[in-house]
Amino acid sequence: MANITMKSVDAVVVGGGWAGSIMAKELTEAGLNVVMLERGADRSTASDGAYPGSIDELQGNFRHKIFQDLSRSSVTIRNNSSQTALPYRQMAAFLPGEGVGGAGLHWSGVHFRMPPDDLILRSKVKEKYGEKFIPEGMNLQDYGVTYDELEPFFDKAEKVFGTSGEAYTVNGQVVGKGNVFAPSRSDHFPLPALKDVYGASLFRRAAAEVGFHPYAMPAANASAQYTNSYGVQMGPCNFCGYCSGYACYMYSKASPNVNILPVLRTDPKFQLRDRAHVLRVELDSTKKQATGVTYLDSNGDTVFQPADLVVVAAFQFHNVHLMLLSGIGKPYDPVANEGVVGRNFVYQNVTTTTAWLDKSVYTKQFIGTGGGGVAFDDFNSENFDHGPLGFVGGSPVWVNQAGIKAIAAAKSGGPPGTPRWGSAWKKAMVDTYRHSVRMDAHGSNMAYRDVYLDLDPTWKDAYGLPLLRMTFDWKDNDIRMNRYVVGQIAKVTRAMGARDVHFGQRQPDEHFDTRYYQTTHLAGGAVMGADPKTSALNRYLQSWDVSNVFVIGANAFPQGTGYNPTGMVAALAYWSAYHIRTTYLKNPGPLVQI
Amino acid sequence: MQGLAGAAALGSATLPARAARSTERSSYTPGFFSQPEWAFLHAACDRLIPEDAVGPGAIALGVPEFIDRQMETPYAYGKLWYMQAPFVSGPDNLGYQLPFTPRDIYRKGIAGAEAFVKAKYGQSFHALDAATRDVILQGFETGDVRFGDLPASVFFAQLLNNTMEGAFSDPIHGGNKGLGGWTTIGFPGARADFMDWVDQYGKEYPLGTVSISGETA
Repeated sequence: MANITMKSVDAVVVGGGWAGSIMAKELTEAGLNVVMLERGADRSTASDGAYPGSIDELQGNFRHKIFQDLSRSSVTIRNNSSQTALPYRQMAAFLPGEGVGGAGLHWSGVHFRMPPDDLILRSKVKEKYGEKFIPEGMNLQDYGVTYDELEPFFDKAEKVFGTSGEAYTVNGQVVGKGNVFAPSRSDHFPLPALKDVYGASLFRRAAAEVGFHPYAMPAANASAQYTNSYGVQMGPCNFCGYCSGYACYMYSKASPNVNILPVLRTDPKFQLRDRAHVLRVELDSTKKQATGVTYLDSNGDTVFQPADLVVVAAFQFHNVHLMLLSGIGKPYDPVANEGVVGRNFVYQNVTTTTAWLDKSVYTKQFIGTGGGGVAFDDFNSENFDHGPLGFVGGSPVWVNQAGIKAIAAAKSGGPPGTPRWGSAWKKAMVDTYRHSVRMDAHGSNMAYRDVYLDLDPTWKDAYGLPLLRMTFDWKDNDIRMNRYVVGQIAKVTRAMGARDVHFGQRQPDEHFDTRYYQTTHLAGGAVMGADPKTSALNRYLQSWDVSNVFVIGANAFPQGTGYNPTGMVAALAYWSAYHIRTTYLKNPGPLVQI
Repeated sequence: MQGLAGAAALGSATLPARAARSTERSSYTPGFFSQPEWAFLHAACDRLIPEDAVGPGAIALGVPEFIDRQMETPYAYGKLWYMQAPFVSGPDNLGYQLPFTPRDIYRKGIAGAEAFVKAKYGQSFHALDAATRDVILQGFETGDVRFGDLPASVFFAQLLNNTMEGAFSDPIHGGNKGLGGWTTIGFPGARADFMDWVDQYGKEYPLGTVSISGETA
């Protein structure tokens, strides 16, 4: 158990997922020596995704082979601050990653750009409906960055990820049958859209028939062979259905392991250290500069890695945890409504509707691609008039058939009300599996004053450090939004000719339940913004308090959004890196003066 | 690509595995469960997934063997769970808060269930008829029965989850014998290549199922 001090480097990056890999690539391109620290094991598609051994649902989705090791570190959760938060002991509601590639290895591949209005949501709602429209206690904020500013970085990320999709407008000209609500792009998607699976094709036809605007979901699952902007090759997706929870054996799903690290690993300026668990970012006596990070290595030695620049780029809540443990930024106090680290913690508001088709029709739900599908955005973002509805936020609706496999089908069973075992279960389960179509309302979740992250007073991780505590519950605004959008789905299922439908929707006064998978799209907690009183990071994702610390991830979202977060995280990483490269490195210090 | 070549090879594989499987099933000796526990496990799994016109049941699918084999994995020792004390009870929606690993849950659960059944029916669970076993299991699933410090519903949920996993996971783990779980629902297993089937809309997938080891059905 030695104490070791390493030779100083230009930059240390905490976390080996998308954010960390993008930042390490950009910083080595800028000539910096970069060390990346990943607490989990090294992983590659060749070892973790080898066919056929990797095509194992028990290991992938139920023993969580490539997910976070909860035995070492977890979080505690409660619905409100009068409760005692209890440990999240078993993986269920959300599934954070671990190991090189992070959540970017086990994700599905849905790859969106953030809707422009979502980036300026407070301003937009205020302008359209007046400030009084914002419910009491809702911390609605702008990101401090606009779509036009981010557009080149969305484009850059798509060309790294090999994203498949169909544009609606490029440079203001209508060019295809893409999402009519999507903002204009500077270029087409790198690859054409993936084919629709059957359920998605039925959904497309029915949605169009009732007047909605269906489009092919943008997917970082390659629809054809592709060589990305770093020269790395991807294979065409074969719809195997093993995306979410797996390393893609076809090299079709974008991951840091496939799309960035093969190049980065050959760069002499880059060093990856796996099984390196970062304990804290070290600050100097002024608390305004970081001197490096301290981590535990696989031998149990405590290692100090000095660095001029510290990039915190782990998963959303790990970033917030590390800031709290390191004393970077003022911790949020919900009573005084002061402080910023832990503030505006949000989730995503997803419910699933199932439609049963005629028994002669086989939907083959085992065929799937993680990011592909058909969506409509008529009730997402500010694409519809919220005035008479009285809620903030929205929800895309989609068929995103990522491949439903046998154990998942058996455990989810038949329609609600049918038994979960025995002959009645068996009959209903088989019917459901063979002939149904599942649709998600993939909604936003707003930020509230009494929903936040802080350090737990009781439970510790394997390193003796306090667990992060989540205080989270569903709120009336978000429940009403979900119920409104799910109500619209009824029009589509009628047009599909479904023989039966179960509408998955939030119930009034429903509490967040940690026991069922909902989504891993956690966000906020260390948000970006223009005001240091309500944001932990400036618009370049630089800590307001410690200027040589940048914090990259979905933690930066001031409130939830209807889309999956990875596209935005990647764009923010490239955006931040660009400003580090062009401005910060020439004259290190705050990029925004208060 | 290597993956495509592998898929093609699996597609044409026809291994004469069925005979070997039935021998293996009859000769399996549990490593974790005692003989009385083993009898309980069979009698319970048999009701959770019964043999019927829809397809084979949990016993033919080797579910007890699957569960017994799982008991030697890190999962069964609670190594995949956060198991730091203190253990404090709370509302159900905040999730599992007991100090018991899956091994503990089976050991305490089967003992508790047998004691409950003997007190009420004067016999072992496995000696009861199917309808009575169903009533007992329903009581464990939804009722307030406790086996000392273990709620019966926790034991039931553990058993049900592992039974489903055993019937529908790859046979490499000891269950899903003869790929019978997969053929029941029409799941093609490890084929994992549907490039040509994405847009064959509405038709039933015609190819049989295949396992990781190349077994077909």
